[in-house]
Amino acid sequence: MFLGNFDSLRYFLPELAITATILLLIIVHVAGKNRRSPAAALLSLVGTGTAILFALMTPASAGGGMGLFEGMVVLDGFAAFFKVLTALATAIVIFMSIDCAELSERTQAEYYVFLLSVLLGMFLLSSATDIVMLYLSIELVSIPSYLLAGYLKGKASSTEASMKYVVYGATASGVMIYGFSLLYGMTGSTQISVIGNTLATGTVPLPAMLAAIMVTVGFGYKIAAVPFHMWSPDVYEGAPTPVTAFLSVGPKAAGFAVLVRFFYTVFAAPDAAGGMWHLTSSVDWTFMFAVLSAVTMTVGNLVAISQKNVKRLLAYSSIAHAGYMLMGFVLLTAAGLKAILFYLVVYLFMNLGAFYVVVLVANGSRDEDISHFSGLGTRAPFAAVSLAVFLFALTGIPPFSGFIGKVYLFAEVINKGIYWLALVAAINSVVSLYYYARILKVMFLEDPTQAEELSVGFVPRIMLAILVVPTLLLGVYWEPVIRIAESSVRILTN
Amino acid sequence: MDFINNHILSLMTFLPLAGAAVILLMPGGRDESVKRIAAVASFLPIPLAVQLWFTYDRTVAGVNVASQFQFVEHYSWIPSINVEYFLGADGISMPMIILTAIISFLAVIGSWNIAKQIKGYMALLLLLETGMMGVFCALDFFLFYVFWEVMLLPMYFLIGIWGGPRREYAAIKFFLYTLLGSVLMLLVMLALYFNTVNPETGGHTFNMLHFMQQTTHNGWLQGFDIRVLMFLGLFIGFAIKVPLFPFHTWLPDAHVEAPTAISVILAGILLKMGTYGLMRISFPIFPDVTKWFVIPMAVLGAINIVYGALCAMAQSDLKKMVAYSSVSHMGFVLLGMAALTPAGMIGASFQMFSHGMITSMLFFLVGVVYDRAHHRDIDGFGGLGAVVPVYTFFITVAFFASLGLPGFSGFIAEAMVFIGSFDAFRTIVVIAASGIIIVAAFHLWALQRVFLGPLNPKYAQLEEINAREIFCLAPLALMTLILGVYPMPVLNLMSSSLIHLVDIVKMVI
Repeated sequence: MFLGNFDSLRYFLPELAITATILLLIIVHVAGKNRRSPAAALLSLVGTGTAILFALMTPASAGGGMGLFEGMVVLDGFAAFFKVLTALATAIVIFMSIDCAELSERTQAEYYVFLLSVLLGMFLLSSATDIVMLYLSIELVSIPSYLLAGYLKGKASSTEASMKYVVYGATASGVMIYGFSLLYGMTGSTQISVIGNTLATGTVPLPAMLAAIMVTVGFGYKIAAVPFHMWSPDVYEGAPTPVTAFLSVGPKAAGFAVLVRFFYTVFAAPDAAGGMWHLTSSVDWTFMFAVLSAVTMTVGNLVAISQKNVKRLLAYSSIAHAGYMLMGFVLLTAAGLKAILFYLVVYLFMNLGAFYVVVLVANGSRDEDISHFSGLGTRAPFAAVSLAVFLFALTGIPPFSGFIGKVYLFAEVINKGIYWLALVAAINSVVSLYYYARILKVMFLEDPTQAEELSVGFVPRIMLAILVVPTLLLGVYWEPVIRIAESSVRILTN
Repeated sequence: MDFINNHILSLMTFLPLAGAAVILLMPGGRDESVKRIAAVASFLPIPLAVQLWFTYDRTVAGVNVASQFQFVEHYSWIPSINVEYFLGADGISMPMIILTAIISFLAVIGSWNIAKQIKGYMALLLLLETGMMGVFCALDFFLFYVFWEVMLLPMYFLIGIWGGPRREYAAIKFFLYTLLGSVLMLLVMLALYFNTVNPETGGHTFNMLHFMQQTTHNGWLQGFDIRVLMFLGLFIGFAIKVPLFPFHTWLPDAHVEAPTAISVILAGILLKMGTYGLMRISFPIFPDVTKWFVIPMAVLGAINIVYGALCAMAQSDLKKMVAYSSVSHMGFVLLGMAALTPAGMIGASFQMFSHGMITSMLFFLVGVVYDRAHHRDIDGFGGLGAVVPVYTFFITVAFFASLGLPGFSGFIAEAMVFIGSFDAFRTIVVIAASGIIIVAAFHLWALQRVFLGPLNPKYAQLEEINAREIFCLAPLALMTLILGVYPMPVLNLMSSSLIHLVDIVKMVI
């Protein structure tokens, strides 16, 4: 049932496209004279676009669930969904990087090499079915991320961010691989489906539980769930803004992909039709993850209230959003997972959109303090209104897409009777309005402290429009996207 | 013509939105055309409302009977979770739809002299009208919720950008309070969804009428404790909007800081959404719990009447006084509803309609004097009656209407509420009735301080009310008077539905 290495290659086109682009970028970097030319950015866009096209084509030609490279990775709708999602995020971040003044002194081909390496890692992470492959792809996501966070060599906070990121990342992946080794020791296999089947045959011994907790630490770090989130505010604040935007969406989405696939296969399948945790023997996993979700969103939101730096505020808000998304995970039901996938789509647009405006404002002011947003409503109406749309969507107010995303997340929790979690999440939405509205207040309600207009170029305008339209549209008509999310999950859960 | 007749509620809801879109697409600097387009877009629902008035069949009830709803539009919207685009009107919503059409148009006319960013203002005002109209037309809970929330955004900006000195505080307070109520409503809505089936398809549904058929509920939802919790969730959401004591603290801030026309909409229409929600959703879906809660609701209503009136009396700011008088008047609505008698229910609904007109007049009038004197301190005027007789005439009419003088619609409504609720809870009604005296007292006292007595020389040159302002006030004053003498046209409009609503709640054991 697994394809051999050579046969697999023709199903591996998205990854190959990215790899080829990375190699080309290195050649451009070495050969090119003008190291700040936009050629590298354009090349990476072409590469990412090609990868998206290939990823869109694959599920039809391969059917659902085909093991590649002797079972290292799998080609299924779930993986394809995340490939398109992460590649889309990367493409938007590339545009953002072109517009970012902070990066312009240093933007060189190597920046895009790192960015695309992370993308390649995310592709593999969302499709890995073998714990060795899984570990390697997590590292492939992490190591270039450390470099990206510290990309502004001269800026102390950027260097600090990178250092913190490395230390936390190394610890988390060390704990995780220890968990993997326990799993291998118990089952004698590195295939997650085999591990799942072996564990399913007997009562779950203590080591399996330990392994589950350790793996949770690793994945929790990737999605920045509390209490594994300590790195994220500093990293998010110190890193160049496009990188922050990228980290808050791309690796987070890939983290959810692997979290879902791994736990579903190892600890819930194959008798997971009712969405039951297989590992229920001594720990109430549903409750544990429900608490994790509640704590994550509450901490993220409460700390965000007192932030003065908009980038840091959005960093904490993205922690809170990871908490909301975890709501879909606690029950491991198809409906819950579908809700996560749908939320990731709307989150991609609204969060990247918000960061995009931050980039545009920071270009003029050199930092992201909230005071620089003052009077944006008159200084740059288009950017300000776009940001308002993104912030309302992040709050979860109809008719914007974030509301629909939250409805699906709340719905599954309510359907299965975990009302307290739904209540906590609902109150968190109200809390989040408070700090999002602070930005709105500064932009629209206060008189500008600086008079000059903020000019927004043509390309950023188009990009903002591209991000606003789905944020509005998915709030009014979302049937096609929810169907895609549903079918992507079905391949996994069958 | 057929198209108009088949989509009349949709047109009423979305024509203002279309107007807002046109305004946003217009190039800057054309303030006069912006105002004209806004006026047209908000006027168009009025002829449609007239059409509704003449074609509405007053004999059928609606409420929980799908076949008796009129002007129905029913389409599938999101089939995978059975969200429907379902609009319809019955006797509960008809008066509110008509009121919304009238007040929104007058609010646009009343905003004619807004100078700051008129384009954004008018667009938001029209978006607000769409939200309000949608709330009163929607019969699918999801759709209802979307419209309910859509209103928050324009309201936040309208108060926050065009409001008074403490506008930022007032705007965010309003937003947070209302959102808190809304998210509770959202949770209840989802819980209802998962525990109710559509008998025709067997799937879950957001259709309010299915929620009202108790047989479609599963065993869990039939449990009384669960229903009490869900009723409370909805009740808090609606009570914040009404606003009922102790959830009323956002109201004085929002009303005082909001620009005149927005206060008019806030008091004239938005407050009614809370009580409308109780009638449309809480009562028929949870009739058993409603019966269980009548005493607390009546008590809350009485507290609102007396406490609101006392607060109003203590104010030195004319606008704040009017705002608290709204708190007091909305108490009558709740008291009448809680009685669960036809007279009480009809009185409550008529009070919603009548208060919508009277309080709109009051806020317009306060705005008129504020535009000229730039303050609203009751003690800062004096003897204005001699300077501005026409203005004094209108404010006297409005004050008398507001204090419940016979001959005005407010009297009929309040009398019906008392008649309807007296048998149900005598002590509470007797206490509540004392509120009437306080209401009368603070109105007359304010009238005396501002318009009678020696003339404050500072205002000897005060400008008389102009034609545009009279245009906003005259129709409301006229309607209040006509309905005060002959209320039957509006009572007929709603009576069969409300009697049926009382029956639904009463019949439950």
